[in-house]
Amino acid sequence: MEARKIETPEPLLSINNIEVVYDEVILVLRGVSLDVPQGQNVTLLGPNGAGKSTTLKAISGLLKTEDGEVSRGEISFMGERIDKKNAEEIVRSGIFQVMEGRRIIEDMTCIENLKLGAYTRNQKNINNEIERVFEYFPRLKERTGLAGYLSGGEQQMLAIGRALMANPKMILLDEPSMGLSPLLVKEVFGIIEKINKEQGITMLLVEQNANFALKHADYGYIMESGKVVLDGSREELLNNQDVKDFYLGGNDHNKSFKNLKSYKRRKRWL
Amino acid sequence: MNTELLLQLTVNGLIVGLLYGVIAMCFVLIYKSTQVVNFAQGEFLLIGAWVCWGTLVWLDLPFYIGFLLTLGFMTLFGILIQAVFLRPMIGEPIISVIMITIGLSMFFQSLMKWIFGVSAESYPQVFETSVVNIAGLNIELAYILSLIFSVVMMAGFYWFFKHSRMGLAMRATAFDQQVASSLGISVSKVFAASWAISAMVSATAGIVIGMVNGVSSALSFIGIKVFPAVILGGLDSIVGGVVGGVIIGLLENLAEFIDSQYLHIGNLYTIAPFYILLIILTIKPYGLFGTRDIERI
Ligand SMILES: Nc1ncnc2c1ncn2[C@@H]1O[C@H](COP(=O)(O)OP(=O)(O)O)[C@@H](O)[C@H]1O
Ligand SMILES: [Mg+2]
Repeated sequence: MEARKIETPEPLLSINNIEVVYDEVILVLRGVSLDVPQGQNVTLLGPNGAGKSTTLKAISGLLKTEDGEVSRGEISFMGERIDKKNAEEIVRSGIFQVMEGRRIIEDMTCIENLKLGAYTRNQKNINNEIERVFEYFPRLKERTGLAGYLSGGEQQMLAIGRALMANPKMILLDEPSMGLSPLLVKEVFGIIEKINKEQGITMLLVEQNANFALKHADYGYIMESGKVVLDGSREELLNNQDVKDFYLGGNDHNKSFKNLKSYKRRKRWL
Repeated sequence: MNTELLLQLTVNGLIVGLLYGVIAMCFVLIYKSTQVVNFAQGEFLLIGAWVCWGTLVWLDLPFYIGFLLTLGFMTLFGILIQAVFLRPMIGEPIISVIMITIGLSMFFQSLMKWIFGVSAESYPQVFETSVVNIAGLNIELAYILSLIFSVVMMAGFYWFFKHSRMGLAMRATAFDQQVASSLGISVSKVFAASWAISAMVSATAGIVIGMVNGVSSALSFIGIKVFPAVILGGLDSIVGGVVGGVIIGLLENLAEFIDSQYLHIGNLYTIAPFYILLIILTIKPYGLFGTRDIERI
């Protein structure tokens, strides 16, 4: 048997059994734990409403802007607890979230958006940094108009580029493939992998599109209804019968892990 | 037709209009970044002008020291007003927020009367001459100062929002507060900065006007005149505020010309801008520059 988790002395990010409530009553995460080792590309999969975005916002501190809070458990980054910190402090400590739906600033140009990515940083070498981002996304360089007029794919690239500008240790990506054509999804995932390898930036990537995400990931977690129901390395997940049935090209969308025998077995065993 | 008078009034209109434009920018700055409709904008002018007057007349300080002290005071004042009165109102209905700023407006108007008295006071003479002659037009030196002030402020705002780190952060916050947080921008710092800048620049405008017309509660009425300018420009557009201000300034003086030459109604210049405002808003409900969202393609 292979080890369930990849051997590292201490993961870069570690989430330990967190609960998240919105508006002090709505319990959304019910004991989520996951580890993201330094330099890896980890993916978090699951159906709509599973709590994937909530998990990312819990890490980045953006939960607080939506009246949510981590009510139990802890999140640590580089050995330090961050679940009580606000979003600003967390960006400064090296975690940058690219939110669902890109959320670029539409009434600004690409360059202004990129400059804002570097808000928390020393502003000295900013033009070199912008050039570095353009090397990953050459087509952004030609777009001089307002970012609101960019295509969906270009906006996603800009959102990722903006994250790079912060020079983060870790990027949280929320559904980068959303609304993009398969060809663009491929391109975007390729660039994410390149950034991960070349810059050594650790990635935690949320997707509903399991096919692409798993192919590029080192390790994956699968969430349902506010809990992690399965995790494993890329190979383990790609070869797992339940994952194959439900996430990879499975056309029966009424299936859920809860209805699958092997999942029930595993649960009892746990 | 008396062309000389018309020309004189047009120049006046332009100069006063640019000043309105600066105050409108201050108003839009607060509205855009904190979503507060600040009915106490005029009181920022009033307080700034009185405080500066106080440092010059009561404390007998040289102008530049009094002026710098006033700027420092207004910065703190703006931050304090935001933190004490407006921050607790975040998320409350807009009408409650408006009631707060109207309340603040009335309170500070009365407070200024209580401290500085009800009669108008003039500034000590800061410059030697008071009237200069340019191309046959008699222009008060203070008007030229006001023109320089307006242009510098506008250029400053342009540079600030286009190139400075804080200016970009303010625009990001105005666009979407959650996005701003995700970039590591402290939204509460941006709120404080907006109020501080707005209060400081408004106060300077108040001092400039005070040097021309003297300091009196009439200064806070300028805050009301800026409303047509701002609404004309579209409430959330800084450029719109400037254009609106110039239009109001010109209209006022044009109305004054028509009134004095032909109609003889008296005081037409104070109400004309509001009539024009009504007409324009009927045709363009978002104002001249008001934004609707960019449609993504
Ligand atoms: N701001 C919020 N306030 C209250 N409930 C929320 C909020 N955001 C998300 N939820 C709820 O939390 C659950 C998980 O949402 P989310 O984390 O967005 O899921 P996912 O990203 O996996 O689709 C959903 O049931 C959703 O309705
Ligand atoms: Mg989501």
